[in-house]
Amino acid sequence: MDLGSLQRRYIDFTSALLREGILDGQFTQLQQLQDESNPDFVLEVVTLFFEDSEKLLNELSRTLEQQVVDFKKVDAHVHQLKGSSASIGAQKVKDVCMAFRNYCEEMNQEGCLNCLRQVKDQYLLVKNKLETLFMLEQQILAAGGSIPMMW
Amino acid sequence: MNWFIDAQIMEKTSYVSYKSNLRVGWYKKFHISKWRSQLYSHYFGSKKVRETWRKLLLLWIAGSFLGSLGIFWFMNSQAMEKRREMLSSMCDERARMLQDQFNVSMNHLQALAILISTFHHAKEPSAIDQITFSRYAEMTAFERPLTSGVAYAVKVLHSEREQFEKKQGWKIKKMYSTEQSPSWKEDADPDNQEISPIKYEYAAVIFAQDAYKHVISFDLLTGKEDCENVLRARKSGRGVLTAPFELLKSKRLGVIMTYAVYKTELPSNATPYERIRAAIGYLGGIFDIEALVDKLLHQLASKHSIMVNVYDTTDPDAPISMYGPNLTGTGIYHISTLHFGDPIRKHEMHCRFKQKSPLPWLAITTSIGTLVIALLVGYIFHATVNRIVKVEDDYRQMMELKRRAEAADVAKSQFLATVSHEIRTPMNGVLGMLQMLMDTDLNITQEDYVRTAQDSGKALVSLINEVLDQAKIESGKLELEAVPFDLRAVLDDVLSLFYVKAQEKGLELAVYVSDQVPEVIVGDPGRIRQIITNLIGNSIKFTERGHIYLTAHLIEEMNSLHVVADAHSTDTLSGFPVADRRSIWKSFKILNQESSAPESFHLSSSSGLVNLIISVEDTGVGIPLEAQSRVFTPFMQVGPSISRIHGTGIGLSISKCLVGLMKGEIGFVSEPQIGSTFTFTVVLRSAHTNANEHKSLEFRGMTGLVVDHIPIRAKVTKYHLHRLGIHTTMETDPNQVLTRLTSRTLRTDMVLVEHDTWLKSITMWSSIISKLKGDHLDTPKFLLLARPTNSIKSTLPGPMEYISTIITKPLRASMLQVSLRRAMGCGDRENPRHEGLPNLSLLSLLHDKKILVVDDNIVNLRVAAGALKKYGAEVTCADRGKKAISMLKPPHKFDACFMDIQMPEMDGFEATRKIREMEADINNQLKSGEVSFESYQDGLNLHIPILAMTADVIQATYEECLKCGMDGYVSKPFEAEQLYREVARFLDTASKKNQ
Repeated sequence: MDLGSLQRRYIDFTSALLREGILDGQFTQLQQLQDESNPDFVLEVVTLFFEDSEKLLNELSRTLEQQVVDFKKVDAHVHQLKGSSASIGAQKVKDVCMAFRNYCEEMNQEGCLNCLRQVKDQYLLVKNKLETLFMLEQQILAAGGSIPMMW
Repeated sequence: MNWFIDAQIMEKTSYVSYKSNLRVGWYKKFHISKWRSQLYSHYFGSKKVRETWRKLLLLWIAGSFLGSLGIFWFMNSQAMEKRREMLSSMCDERARMLQDQFNVSMNHLQALAILISTFHHAKEPSAIDQITFSRYAEMTAFERPLTSGVAYAVKVLHSEREQFEKKQGWKIKKMYSTEQSPSWKEDADPDNQEISPIKYEYAAVIFAQDAYKHVISFDLLTGKEDCENVLRARKSGRGVLTAPFELLKSKRLGVIMTYAVYKTELPSNATPYERIRAAIGYLGGIFDIEALVDKLLHQLASKHSIMVNVYDTTDPDAPISMYGPNLTGTGIYHISTLHFGDPIRKHEMHCRFKQKSPLPWLAITTSIGTLVIALLVGYIFHATVNRIVKVEDDYRQMMELKRRAEAADVAKSQFLATVSHEIRTPMNGVLGMLQMLMDTDLNITQEDYVRTAQDSGKALVSLINEVLDQAKIESGKLELEAVPFDLRAVLDDVLSLFYVKAQEKGLELAVYVSDQVPEVIVGDPGRIRQIITNLIGNSIKFTERGHIYLTAHLIEEMNSLHVVADAHSTDTLSGFPVADRRSIWKSFKILNQESSAPESFHLSSSSGLVNLIISVEDTGVGIPLEAQSRVFTPFMQVGPSISRIHGTGIGLSISKCLVGLMKGEIGFVSEPQIGSTFTFTVVLRSAHTNANEHKSLEFRGMTGLVVDHIPIRAKVTKYHLHRLGIHTTMETDPNQVLTRLTSRTLRTDMVLVEHDTWLKSITMWSSIISKLKGDHLDTPKFLLLARPTNSIKSTLPGPMEYISTIITKPLRASMLQVSLRRAMGCGDRENPRHEGLPNLSLLSLLHDKKILVVDDNIVNLRVAAGALKKYGAEVTCADRGKKAISMLKPPHKFDACFMDIQMPEMDGFEATRKIREMEADINNQLKSGEVSFESYQDGLNLHIPILAMTADVIQATYEECLKCGMDGYVSKPFEAEQLYREVARFLDTASKKNQ
């Protein structure tokens, strides 16, 4: 695939992510923060997000499986997840987290489990998309092009 | 006919009252204020009502038919009655006359009887013989017009018969008997008659009128009817009549009247027996009834010719017709009883009209007329009802259409909104690709094409945004924010947008905000910026010379401004005349309210509302008078000649909507070739914060002198200096400058001279400055305010060596601050010419600053760190509050700290509180000398600026931040402008302390 079509695909893909609301403006802001002095900034942050989120999701699964659920703990985890997803602009994960926190306040185990499933789904979705995006970036860079900027 | 009219009226009134009852009923049900709903329910009930009306109509038609029939019947019967009355009166009249004439004839017969009794019986010998009698009778016949003949018979007893016969010379003969009519037959041959049989007595005819001579010698008693007559006549003493029979001679009907002649005068109460005894003779007369009646009728002939029948009704079962045709036609007839003096015989007269009664035209026309009128009334009523129903239907249809039109309008707006939104996403792709294309290796022409394409794309996006705004406003989806903001900063920003354009055109661009306007107000800065940007954008398009002047005041101030404006109408920023803006104010409701009731404003200001009036004044071409009325209509361009540069024409419409959403009004006054002034009002809320805290302190306490021969321009300069905390005085006369500067009453740090003013008296300025230098006074800095022209410095004549710096207008606080900082020597090492772009300013502010970021979320931490690093800061991270406390334990190297609020173990508030306690502790130790300064190289750094990082920006959190010792807050996804504002605030103060 030549560089132009790669770049076009990259723009299409990013536009689609933004349009579908999987990512929001915060992600483009992150991209803007990346420059020559900090070339892998986005990848770094996103990888951090993946690690952190997986840890939190496991933690959440375990906590919610217990007989007596410690909702305070669950809430703390969800808050954490919400914060990090907001930071990288994973909008849908963030939205589910907000609903999740409401259920925590209500001590609704059913609702929490439901939300946990949704969060996992959304997380996997955004992870999948971001990995594809990074792959595209790598390909573009490998072809010697520059990453198109979405302003 | 009266009864009918009455009945009709009654019918009508009852009908009308029914209708009015119905209507009154409606009015009771539906109140007048619910007129609409009444109409609706009226409509829904109208089917039923229509049915009722139809029934009423049918009833009305049936009623009118019956009514007209009634009229006809009544009038017809009236006419019949009248006819009958006429007939009866005519009949009675005829009967009476007939009776009279008959009586007259009878009386004559009686007279004849007395004559005979006197001259025949009483005389001996008789004075009357047959000849005498017949002559007499003949001569008096005119007296008895109805009697065709008279005869006299004498009573002859059988004993006297022979003597009588002898004396008379003939035998008594027998009359024709039973079946045949009696004696009066003309053809009866007396010679052939039988001789009367022997009886006890005879009544032999002795005299007769010539016409009846043949009956002489006949014995009356042998004829059946004569005999009966004779017997009855002598018994009753009156004239008696026979039944009618046919007279042979004339073939007509006739009756015989017989009258008895008595021997002696008899008393009136004589018994029949006495009468029989006394009777000596019998006088008979023949009445020709037909002739009689004919004559009578001839006498009474009139136009109402009637048909008369006379009957003998002695035997009621078998009446004998005496006169008249044997017709028994139908129709009305009248019966009059006739009395001919014979009590046994009864006669009747029957009268009929010959012609049938004429058609009752009057009745027919009247009834038909009434019917026609009634039907017409019914038709009118029907037409009215139909019309009402039709109008109601139309109304409903119109309502339906209106609803549909409105729905379509909303749908259109929604469609526009959706489509615009959808267009934006692919446009991002287009613009991104263009940007990429710019990065590739292009020749000049290609680059120009790409740039043009990019500009067009950007214009399209902004147009789409405008359309989206318009659509959002129309579909009611636009919601205003309510965030605290600094109006002055917003206006400065807007002005900076137009810096380049103003520079190109050489326009004076200035902003002035009244002192009365609070520093921080709550509203939607983005939308206010949009309105003002739009207005200034328009102004700049249409202005080729002069100025654009943006002002903001409180509405409460407007009264005092009136006076000022009155005094100098040509005293404007650039000296060009402007349109008189006061005429707009008159149209603003809020101003009129104020003039009528000033108390309302105290009310509004006490309730925390800020009423702003903002205007944009230009000296452009103005708006043509004919176009002024549609300036605020969307997509309406002023005219074909200037439409090309006018843009889409949607901006003003959006502005008007936005102003409306902010509960304000927008208006303008424009004079062609002089300029336009757009003014709008908005109602915002005041923020309950201490605004002065935001003010930069680096120039506090300094004094400045503004020298400008145009007072209003001097005022603008003063306003900007005032914002930086510089005490400023104005001087319009350059000659006064020296005395002011040497008066020593007030130290002057800086003199700001307007470029125009400088040019006016260059030599004087040289002398002033050299005088000041010569006096070795603390020479103030001289600054020149110049319009943005590229070549000021090179062409500027005069003692430039004394000028510290040239400040290019438009003046803005941040830019002025930087310029002054440089001029006054208190500036920092950064290049102060980086104004306009907050990113660059941030870069300058944060460069090499050491910043600690505290957040438990490592992703957030990384992002925040990345953002700050981008601006050149040295970032250290801490992932929990305790760690931050230990790191910030003095002495430390950090210039600032960004702290997350919600953290496990120890949240941001608590951590800050701990840090502040620590700092206070050390400060106390320093004061008391317990710890030496040396151990703290950075001795003054005992209040580290701590900024909260938070996702929610509600007021409570902000106040909480301040309460526990934080210096401010930034929203979590970092926004460059906000970050700059906050960071600049404390880093400035920090750097000043450093000096």
